[in-house]
Amino acid sequence: MNDISVPPQQKPVPPPADMAKALRGFIADIGPNVALSLESCVHCGQCAEACQFYVQTGDPRYTPIHKVELFKQSYHREMGPFAFAYKFLGLTPALTAETLTNWQDLVYDSCNMCGRCSLICPMGIDIADLVEQTRHGMYDAGLAPADFLGAIAEKEHATGSPFGLTSDKFRDLLHEIGVTHGVTMHVDETNAEIVPTVSSVDVKTYPGSMAAIAKILNHIGRPWSFRTDGFDADNVSLTAGDRAGQAAITQGIVNAAISCGAKILVMPECGHSFTEMRWEAANAFGKDLPFRVLQITELVAENIQSGEIRVNKIKQTATYHDACQLSRRGGATNAPRVILAALGVDLHELEDAGDANWCCGGGGGVALIKRAQPLRDAAFALKKKQIEDSGAPIVYTSCSGCRQTLEHGGKAAGWTTSVGSLLELVADNLVPHASP
Amino acid sequence: MTLLSFARGPAMQTATLILIAGMFWRLAGILFLRRRVAHAAARNPFAMRLLGGAVTIFTRTIPRRTFWPRVGPGVALSYVFHLGLFVILLGGAPHILVIHEIFGVSWPNLPKGVVVVASGITLAALILLLLRRLTHPVLKLLSTSDDYISWAIVFMPIATGILLSGETLASYGTLLALHILSIEALMIWLPFGKLMHVALVFAGRGMLGYQFSRKGAAT
Repeated sequence: MNDISVPPQQKPVPPPADMAKALRGFIADIGPNVALSLESCVHCGQCAEACQFYVQTGDPRYTPIHKVELFKQSYHREMGPFAFAYKFLGLTPALTAETLTNWQDLVYDSCNMCGRCSLICPMGIDIADLVEQTRHGMYDAGLAPADFLGAIAEKEHATGSPFGLTSDKFRDLLHEIGVTHGVTMHVDETNAEIVPTVSSVDVKTYPGSMAAIAKILNHIGRPWSFRTDGFDADNVSLTAGDRAGQAAITQGIVNAAISCGAKILVMPECGHSFTEMRWEAANAFGKDLPFRVLQITELVAENIQSGEIRVNKIKQTATYHDACQLSRRGGATNAPRVILAALGVDLHELEDAGDANWCCGGGGGVALIKRAQPLRDAAFALKKKQIEDSGAPIVYTSCSGCRQTLEHGGKAAGWTTSVGSLLELVADNLVPHASP
Repeated sequence: MTLLSFARGPAMQTATLILIAGMFWRLAGILFLRRRVAHAAARNPFAMRLLGGAVTIFTRTIPRRTFWPRVGPGVALSYVFHLGLFVILLGGAPHILVIHEIFGVSWPNLPKGVVVVASGITLAALILLLLRRLTHPVLKLLSTSDDYISWAIVFMPIATGILLSGETLASYGTLLALHILSIEALMIWLPFGKLMHVALVFAGRGMLGYQFSRKGAAT
């Protein structure tokens, strides 16, 4: 255990939790995979040792499989193979508003949905997936943390953007970025082979990343366009547990991409938006999407390998932080390394780099929960040490959420280590095509 | 009817029926739920995904090296217990005879002394696992009555087996009857508690391996 003390979590004021909705939310989507996971735990406790919140605090409540205990109990009581016995013999207690509320900080504040626990489980339980399912019930019961995660998710559901950015404002913003950065912006074109999306973190904090996407797509030279009728891929709803909001955001982007004949939908530097669009959107759509979904690093890596993109060799020592949703949960672990190799970066890999990486501490919506700050800091301390141990003066990442968490954590720690965007690094080092 | 004939006759028939029906019921209740089709384009073809599932059944047997410092002792203790159990089950002459009677296959047995030592080590490991469960903060929190019932249900056949091999405390017939009855208790409990992991471990690992291979992610 690390010598980091986390003050006891302030108990949230119990809202009027809707038990019936919680129960329906818990059991609505249980298929064989989830049922198998809920049936299989042998209580070995190994998942605790893979979780940054347990490792850093030593508090057993943060054991990943314990976080989904209410979900497990609901399943056993309502639809497991022996549900009749569980009910008849009263083997699991019925859900109460108090227990649900007491679990709120376990389901939200202390889980990044990073899936490191799923990597160690000897029974093959995808615990991170169970947490996502548990959040469905919690959200339906009205128990998503109100500040800021729940509030932002509600705004996203209502407007299509976590910060309520309208189509007109987004169009204006893109043109402004184009002028500021001297890059040609393609907006709302009717025929676009490639359609990029953005993250609300980029919109608010890193507008340069949108200029970087435009530079790279202009360089590739295939027809492309931002779409103001479906652009914000952040999908805070996914992390809050709002299934309807999650599907609505996704559907808006899918429709926008289809309307201009997109062949590739490009996801921004954002982990959870990739998980949603690459692996879950097609399920809401009911069939495979009529275009490829690539995270921006995958698109760049493909074009580097095909020779469409050439980049300068930079003499720089750096390390790379994997966003959990892109690497361990998304299968795109190799793409950033293809890019870093092409750039000639002297890459000092972090301990556990790639599939077994530690989360930055902000994933899974934890960055949007104000009271989770001490826990987030405890988790960040692990990452901080790894980055410092790498000896690299700069850490690159390809997730704006991670970037923000690393910057905030680094600033609080008085870091001299810089944090950079891999996307922006590529955009700054494109080698112009030779004139024909 | 003597205790031994009861154990060998109706008790065994009942336990076998409950074991098979219970396991079928539980597995069917899981696997026959409505399956949600994954529509997203897979990174790997079907055969590779199947291979990923099959490989994961083996690779999840040992944690990744990065986890060893934190989980090594617990895993090692669990291995001592499980391997000891296999030595007793598959190496003990009486067990091989029973297997031959039921399935018609047999193999050379281990010397009785080796099996007795293995039994002692297995029993010691089981006791240490219980002590760990009672004292480790995480395990204490996670543990339910299932954990303790399952522990006792596994303890009894090993303990009675050791007594039987030494023919101490009671007559051979009585000890054999108790040993068989304790195994029947295990057979009856198995489908309902965590001992079901004898089947679920393969299904769970295989399913996870398949799904993560679909994503091209590490399994």
